[in-house]
Amino acid sequence: MENFEFINAIVLLANFVLVPALSYGSQLALATLSLTIVYGVLRFSNFAQADWMSFGTMAAILFAWLFQSIGITAGIFPTALLALPFAIIVTALFCLLIDRSVYSFYRKQKSQPIVLMIVSVGVMFILQAIVRFIIGPNDRKFFDGEKYIIHALDFKNYFGLEEGLTIKSTQLITVIVALIAMISLFYFLQKTKLGKSMRAYSNNEDLALLSGINPEKIVIVTWIISSILITTAGVLYGLDKSFKPFTYFNLLLPMFAAAIVGGIGSPIGAVIGGYVIAFSEITLTYAYKKFFVYLMPEHLEPSGLMQVLSTDYKFAISFIILVIVLIVRPTGIVRGKII
Amino acid sequence: MNDELRAPIAFTVMGILLAIVGFTQSWSVSLSIINLCIISSIMAIGVNLQWGYGGLFNAGVMGFTALGGLTAVLVSHDPIYEAWDKAGVGIIISTIIFILSITALLFVFRNIENKQIRNTLIILIIFFGLIGINNFYGPSINIIESIDPAKTGFLGGLGLPIIFSWLIAAVVAGLVAWVIGKITLRLRSDYLAIATLGISEIVIAVVKHEDWLSRGVKNVSGLDRPVPYEIELQESQWFLNLIESINFSKLEAINSLTSRQDVLNDLVISSSGIFVKLCYAGLFFSVLLLIFYLSQLALNSPWGRMLRAIRDNEEAASAMGKNIFLQHLQIFIIGSAIIGIAGAMLTTLDGQFTPGSYRPLRFTFIIWLMVIIGGSGNNLGSIFGGFFIWFIWIEAEPLSIGFVNMLAGGLEYDNPLRIHLLGSAAHLRLFIMGLLLLLALRFMPKGVIPEKIQKK
Repeated sequence: MENFEFINAIVLLANFVLVPALSYGSQLALATLSLTIVYGVLRFSNFAQADWMSFGTMAAILFAWLFQSIGITAGIFPTALLALPFAIIVTALFCLLIDRSVYSFYRKQKSQPIVLMIVSVGVMFILQAIVRFIIGPNDRKFFDGEKYIIHALDFKNYFGLEEGLTIKSTQLITVIVALIAMISLFYFLQKTKLGKSMRAYSNNEDLALLSGINPEKIVIVTWIISSILITTAGVLYGLDKSFKPFTYFNLLLPMFAAAIVGGIGSPIGAVIGGYVIAFSEITLTYAYKKFFVYLMPEHLEPSGLMQVLSTDYKFAISFIILVIVLIVRPTGIVRGKII
Repeated sequence: MNDELRAPIAFTVMGILLAIVGFTQSWSVSLSIINLCIISSIMAIGVNLQWGYGGLFNAGVMGFTALGGLTAVLVSHDPIYEAWDKAGVGIIISTIIFILSITALLFVFRNIENKQIRNTLIILIIFFGLIGINNFYGPSINIIESIDPAKTGFLGGLGLPIIFSWLIAAVVAGLVAWVIGKITLRLRSDYLAIATLGISEIVIAVVKHEDWLSRGVKNVSGLDRPVPYEIELQESQWFLNLIESINFSKLEAINSLTSRQDVLNDLVISSSGIFVKLCYAGLFFSVLLLIFYLSQLALNSPWGRMLRAIRDNEEAASAMGKNIFLQHLQIFIIGSAIIGIAGAMLTTLDGQFTPGSYRPLRFTFIIWLMVIIGGSGNNLGSIFGGFFIWFIWIEAEPLSIGFVNMLAGGLEYDNPLRIHLLGSAAHLRLFIMGLLLLLALRFMPKGVIPEKIQKK
């Protein structure tokens, strides 16, 4: 019996902390990667990044609706996954259009990073307007297909435990897709010629130019990679939860927090930062009362909720971590400036 | 264009725009816009001090505005004696424990060299601090929030006239800015922006969720007013006489006594609203003038010259023996204090404090637009930016709806596309804002009224 208590406690924790944090962390890591790549190569903090995420997700939703209306679905998988490549193309094209018409002017002028940052605030306004104009400011769920891989009730009955474990298919898809995206990105950056020249450009612009790297090509590739990552992150987040422009805009700060906590400009740091932020948000606001009830003998059971911070502050945790990191170790976990 | 002429032309155009609203919509609408324009201008001056004079990108404007609003509540609302009697001690004790733990942490952080001892001590302080605070804090807030939750459920304020809060808001915002500045001002410019943006969100989270302090999302309404109420005006004799004498000729033309009385009554009711708004406008405008005058003085003083020297070349200024961090901290505190004043004024004008309404777009980025489009480094430019951008922000909505109506004119009345377009038209104002910012940055990077470069 004692043994069961322990397993119950572990399952409880896995269900409410581990699985959600893992999928949210993967989504955040992908989004932070795109932020960090833009920062590393183009050298400015892009405030519009979260709105690129809503733009890409919006494109995916529209394509998914189109496919559904002509009767194409992905079977047990969500249709949005089929729409993802098309959404990425649209997002990347629009990204390049904005770069040509807005950012390239300041790049040629060699403007300060802070000017580019203010410019990105302008882009942020325009993107928000476009997304809200086309799809509206409301919550949208666009998930279809098979919802659960493991259902809590089945799990309980099968193992004869008190606690159930739910794994939604979106959570598994998120982790797998994120892994594929990360591995291919790191392979691209480390092994291919283009990726190496990107890193060289990020490290030392003048030296890269001297060795014959075409800066315009690097910029284009950067925006394309950024669009791929941010659209994928947005679609995965939207499948897992739901799509709402304001919620997506609010992801901007966790993204920045993750980038800085991990070490801004470093892709590995971005991944670590994403998971650190996601796990802290969830572990710090989870009420551990039930967990300890399973583990402790009866007379030692806790009376309170055993919660470090109230769930009201879930949203603020990433900033609190950000502030602490800025004070204690401003360079972040992985010391990095370059990609 | 001659730079000397830019300011007069800009303000004339602004005046004409406001007059057009006055004639075509109503003077009441025009005055409401003016009141918010003045508050926006004050915020813009605060940001301009930080960005235009000091080169600091403060993206936490929203946080200081909310602090100003909270101060307005805490100064003007009547104290809830019952809450203080039952739980005041608990709150005071937990505040003391909180302050003590922070001081102890700072002390340990600064004075103990050995890393192991330092880290153990930090963990111990946080652990016992949390336990201590939880012991007093949790029960106290439960008591406070259970006292008449529909009406109060918080500690209340000092019960002073709300106008005092404008001054106190400056002090509160300045103190918080001091703490934030200590943490963030050593960072590079874009880190500073991200950090302040994050901290302002923390401030909003606290204001939203600490119900014992601010009632949270339940809002505090019915704050007292520094100006008379419409209903009082309508009942006072001097106001009746005033309206009668202003509209003397109009009333003379009406023959029948009863209909003349009816017209007078209507006039009194509509004028009382305008009179109240005029009172606000007068108050706000005097604050604006005072702040403008003082910041002009500061800009032209040796201190202002030093700040611009630091902004333009930190290393040279540092070599001349100027303490850059200290100067940045000073200007950060002063700018934030001004934003705090504007925040208190805003809550005064609304008569209520609604933490849920603080969003970064409206309270941070729009203010930035005002400063950049108006002309960073020039206070007159910020005032113009405050008026112009707020005017566009308000008027863009009806304009874009009208525009979409025109576009969709050819479609049938119940066409789904037409319905969708009309429903989303209001969001076009974000587009207009973004476009304005991008155009200004591209073609007028110094703003409408640029900074004057003084050469001697």
